[in-house]
Amino acid sequence: MATIYIDNKPYEVKAGKNLLEACLTLGMDVPYFCWHPAMGSVGACRQCAVKVYKDENDTKGKLFMSCMEPVRDNLRISIADLEAKEFRAHVIGWLMTNHPHDCAVCDEGGACHLQDMTVMSGHNYREYRFDKRTYINQYLGPFLNHEMNRCIQCYRCVRYYKDYAGGKDLDVFAAHNHLYFGRAEDGVLESEFSGNLAEVCPTGVFTDKTLKQHYTRKWDLTMAPSVCHHCSLGCNTVAGERYGTLRNITNRYNGEVNGYFLCDRGRFGYEFVNSAGRVRKPLVRSQLPEATDKYTALRAAASAIKAGRTIGIGSPRASLESNYVLRKLVGEENFYHGVSDTEHDLVDMALCILREGAARTPSLREVEKADAVFILGEDLTNTAPMLALAVRQAVRQQPLQESVAEAKIPVWQDAAVRELVQNDKGPLFIAHYTTTKLDELATKTYFDTPDAVARLGFAVANLIQPDSPEVGGLAGEQQALAQQIADALMAANNPLVISGTSSGNERVLKAAANIANALCAREKAAGIILTVPECNSMGLAMLGGHKLASAFEAVLNGYADTVIILENDLHRRAGAITLAKFLNSCKQIIVLDHLHNATTEKANILLPASTFSEADGTLINNEGRAQRFYQVYPTAEELQESWRWLAELGTIIADEQISNWHGYDDIVKAIAEEIPELSGVAATTPASDFRIAGQRIPREPHRFSGRTSMLANHNVNEPKPPTDPDSPLSYTMEGYRGQPPSSMIPFFWAPGWNSVQSTNKYQQEVGGHLKGGDPGVRLIEPAGKAPFSTAVPQNFIQIEGHLYMLPLHHTFGSEELSSHSPSVRERIPAPYVALNAADAVRMKLDEGQLLSFSIEGDRYQLPVKTSHAIPSGTAGLPCGLPGVQFAELPAWALLNRDIKWKKQPQTTF
Amino acid sequence: MGGYQSVRKVLKEMTPAEVQTLVKDSKLRGRGGAGFSAGLKWSFVPIGPDAATPKYLVANADEMEPGTFKDRVLLEGNPHQLIEGMIVAAYAIQASISYVFLRWAYKLAAQEITKAIHEAYEAGYLGENILGSGFNLEMHLHTGVGRYMCGEETALLNALEGKRANPRAKPPFPQVSGLFGKPTIVNNVETLCNLPHIVNNGLEWYWGLSKSADTGTKLYGVSGRVKTPGCWELPMGVTIRELLEEYAGGMQNGYLFKGLLPGGASTDFLVEEHLDVPMDYGSIQAAGSRLGTGTMIILDDQTCPVGFVHNLQHFFAQESCGFCTPCREGLPWVEKILLALDKGEGKPEHLLTLDFHTKYLGPGNTFCALAPGAMEPLQSALKYFREDFERHIHEHHCPWSKSKAWQPSI
Repeated sequence: MATIYIDNKPYEVKAGKNLLEACLTLGMDVPYFCWHPAMGSVGACRQCAVKVYKDENDTKGKLFMSCMEPVRDNLRISIADLEAKEFRAHVIGWLMTNHPHDCAVCDEGGACHLQDMTVMSGHNYREYRFDKRTYINQYLGPFLNHEMNRCIQCYRCVRYYKDYAGGKDLDVFAAHNHLYFGRAEDGVLESEFSGNLAEVCPTGVFTDKTLKQHYTRKWDLTMAPSVCHHCSLGCNTVAGERYGTLRNITNRYNGEVNGYFLCDRGRFGYEFVNSAGRVRKPLVRSQLPEATDKYTALRAAASAIKAGRTIGIGSPRASLESNYVLRKLVGEENFYHGVSDTEHDLVDMALCILREGAARTPSLREVEKADAVFILGEDLTNTAPMLALAVRQAVRQQPLQESVAEAKIPVWQDAAVRELVQNDKGPLFIAHYTTTKLDELATKTYFDTPDAVARLGFAVANLIQPDSPEVGGLAGEQQALAQQIADALMAANNPLVISGTSSGNERVLKAAANIANALCAREKAAGIILTVPECNSMGLAMLGGHKLASAFEAVLNGYADTVIILENDLHRRAGAITLAKFLNSCKQIIVLDHLHNATTEKANILLPASTFSEADGTLINNEGRAQRFYQVYPTAEELQESWRWLAELGTIIADEQISNWHGYDDIVKAIAEEIPELSGVAATTPASDFRIAGQRIPREPHRFSGRTSMLANHNVNEPKPPTDPDSPLSYTMEGYRGQPPSSMIPFFWAPGWNSVQSTNKYQQEVGGHLKGGDPGVRLIEPAGKAPFSTAVPQNFIQIEGHLYMLPLHHTFGSEELSSHSPSVRERIPAPYVALNAADAVRMKLDEGQLLSFSIEGDRYQLPVKTSHAIPSGTAGLPCGLPGVQFAELPAWALLNRDIKWKKQPQTTF
Repeated sequence: MGGYQSVRKVLKEMTPAEVQTLVKDSKLRGRGGAGFSAGLKWSFVPIGPDAATPKYLVANADEMEPGTFKDRVLLEGNPHQLIEGMIVAAYAIQASISYVFLRWAYKLAAQEITKAIHEAYEAGYLGENILGSGFNLEMHLHTGVGRYMCGEETALLNALEGKRANPRAKPPFPQVSGLFGKPTIVNNVETLCNLPHIVNNGLEWYWGLSKSADTGTKLYGVSGRVKTPGCWELPMGVTIRELLEEYAGGMQNGYLFKGLLPGGASTDFLVEEHLDVPMDYGSIQAAGSRLGTGTMIILDDQTCPVGFVHNLQHFFAQESCGFCTPCREGLPWVEKILLALDKGEGKPEHLLTLDFHTKYLGPGNTFCALAPGAMEPLQSALKYFREDFERHIHEHHCPWSKSKAWQPSI
């Protein structure tokens, strides 16, 4: 700790920080632009100037940039000094010489950091009377607008895009007052994290293009804390609505999980909520008209359930509450998981590893601190993008700890740190069957089949701890690599093993677990982090349930005849033939879902389930962290959460326990009481009756406009605003105006700080945890009693006339809901099958030619893409892509060379 | 002509530490404009087996300060002298790789230096195990692409690394984290050229060469409307009057002396009353200016001071790297105001704007010294020639233009 004097008052601040961070943490309003808590200081903008004095006798002082000045004991500064204030106002004045008078028409207005700093500086009159420089804007893709005239050259965009996120195609060009931030030429920004530019940019140069389709000022949005539903990491978001349309997703700071950033899938995938394909009315197909009211549908469903023998199929993308109430409704013995059996086994295994193993799972923030990383069988950029971003920061750890500490350069001196470190990176090893975007950072990459990856992993574990089984017949090269990896992990302070369910191979998971357990046995502070497929895969696994194949069996052998399918398109879970047989055998199919799909088409009774922004619920992420998401805006009566539909059904059929539940809180309480491991879900947020000084927490900022006129075309008398029975939030701007508990923060705002920079005011220290702790309750801590797995696989053996199909994943396209968002759809690649380049030559197939094959009887014909990484004898099938039907991978594909269904393009052979 | 004798001497008879002490004791000050003690600068380089390697020595031959041409004389005329000095300096800091960062426009010098480096390698003065001493030194010529900013040592290092020529914040200093993050020393060409002579002839001789507290000789230059503009090596501490009248031949016929910039564009004006000030670091500073590069630019009475300063500000605004706000946005504003004044479109408030720029574009307020340097001629012109600025405003045209219609003064 150090004592510094700010305007002659002493303050205790943390040593090792820079002056700007320290002042902001103290709650002082010091303006800045180029400094960013996640990216450190560069000293470019000169906005953060304060007076620094040599000692108590120095009355003149000298201007220093607070972001570049280390805190030291007895430092004397002044923020209020007149010269400092005048200088800071001049900096704004200089920026205003070229900044266009766009406020009224600029998307950033109302949440603009430049506006805030301008007001804060006191600058209010433009003396400059000459011309402004202007630029030509670029097309950057479906996600971001580009308006360069507004640029204040703070360099945040390129520092974020290149240095933090590893992007290559955004840069700074030209010099002096013609600096241009953009691409070398127009084109879609390649990074999966490009959307963060909209929040990193302090002005309106980069703004959310999807928001512009239905633009709303921040102060006019109704907002609530939400959780991203598009992968298993559970990044926290803020969802904003107006006039019944979901308008945008912005980052909700969580100091443990996503920090300041989101991936593009999470940020732009929300538009499915506004899709024309939404199920908006209950349908009872036995009657005409099919569309009906809520009560008719409920009665029809209740009689179907009473009349039949009912089973329930849950969903890894539905909330914990929805799955739980379904399980209660149909009974534990009749509750099945709506996932492929392979996925079911793998997620169960992942859960078992987290429960029984010795290593704990770090949060994303902790991943950034790992100083040696080994990734087995995961293409993180496509399966859990924000985890890939965390690994990008992790490879900086070792050089930071060594050379930077030695040279005594503070870690926040970003340019100096990067200059000293140059291209040095900590150890990162990636073993996978296809190339990944993280490969460029890796010390070594190893491309081979999942079983070979598992063998390598087992070898590493054995080298670390001989109790872990040996691998026989390992080639010299692999043995050497295993040794290199083992040495790197053992030499680190926080070694990390990353794996997951994406490869579809159990042995890869087991090998990863062995490595983590071996490291712990050797007293290393090791971590293991596993990705699972969907936002609530972990929650579903923790709830328990039977396999989908047995659900099919139950109906086919007459044990059951009525099925309730919860938020799930089963055509993504099982082969077409199997599924058709199952659905045709059902007497009654009751489906609850948001969007029309192939499964809802088969429903006898279809109930409209509300999406994440129209619902309250809990998700459990891959870390085992339970997080609550809140409904953003009220919906029509017949559009409600699945758990509410199912609870109402339970009440109608007089289920004893369900009938005693009177609201959301009762369901959460029931979960916590019935399942000890899930008792923490009751602690994620305060109950619905929580109030602060008798007031609710408003979802709307105090400047929200139009409330009395919004519905005037229906009725000129303003109706009573809807109340929220499920949470302490209000649907209006009335309520408690201070900071609520961190799990309930609907939006970040502070007086004078209208932009996302207001997050500073909510943190214990700038860039650190939120006051009161970050949202989410971790439910799983490792028991440390798992034995080493002995399931060392043999080497992969090719089969003539066959290819072993391996799953490939795409940030855009593999995940169901986001693929319905128009902006995301533009980024989804066309269907293909990835073939080993040498295999393609042998099979006389060129790039783009069609390959015909069948998996378990389901036929495919897809254009070939050659890959130098995918192992010979295998091929890669992109999962979930529109145009690629489901297959339970990995699986053998029989090559059908004889079938010529489409005219082949001319071959070069 | 006794070439590379100093290399032989230091490699065979002196330790690196002894060379450093010699140079420090010689009181050699950097000739690039800053005037910092060369020996003291070297002393911050980590020495010994734990120091990061490789260490670098860079000769700053990016002479782009307007009005400065002294290094050009050395580079074109005697490149071997530079190479010799670089070897001495590299040995003193135990650098193993060296670069000459040469201004793009000095095409002849590029040819000469390339040839000279080749000759030095051939003769065994560069490369491995020089003269059997165990000391290795690589030397490479790097030509810039024409930006003034590369004269700033940290921007030079960034440019040498292939990055944008933005400067770096100090600390950390190049001695700790320089080229590619390794310990580096950047010295001016003239500074390095002094080294062989200091080694060969010793301290007493070197001290005795000068007329002032600063030691050694200085390459002085004079440009402007003088009879014999040029570049001369003279004892440090020659007065301005001596340079102007004895060496530059005084003003051309029909022109009167009005003022001068003593050391290139980024130094403050001095006027008639300063003519007897010695041209050394301390004396010029006491007079309110900077010795800088020691190449004087003379302002005559027939040249519009506003136009003169506008020309300079146009240069500085154009050469700004654009990294920090005050320089990037302030200098073009200043330039536009001066142009307006020159065209007769000036307003009284323009002078207030110029004033706050000179107040706030000071060292420490901007990211590097380019903007503070740009403010020196402006600030001093406003001090000494304010009446001339005011005449532009009140008379609505440039009093120096021959016709009422505006004509460019440059």
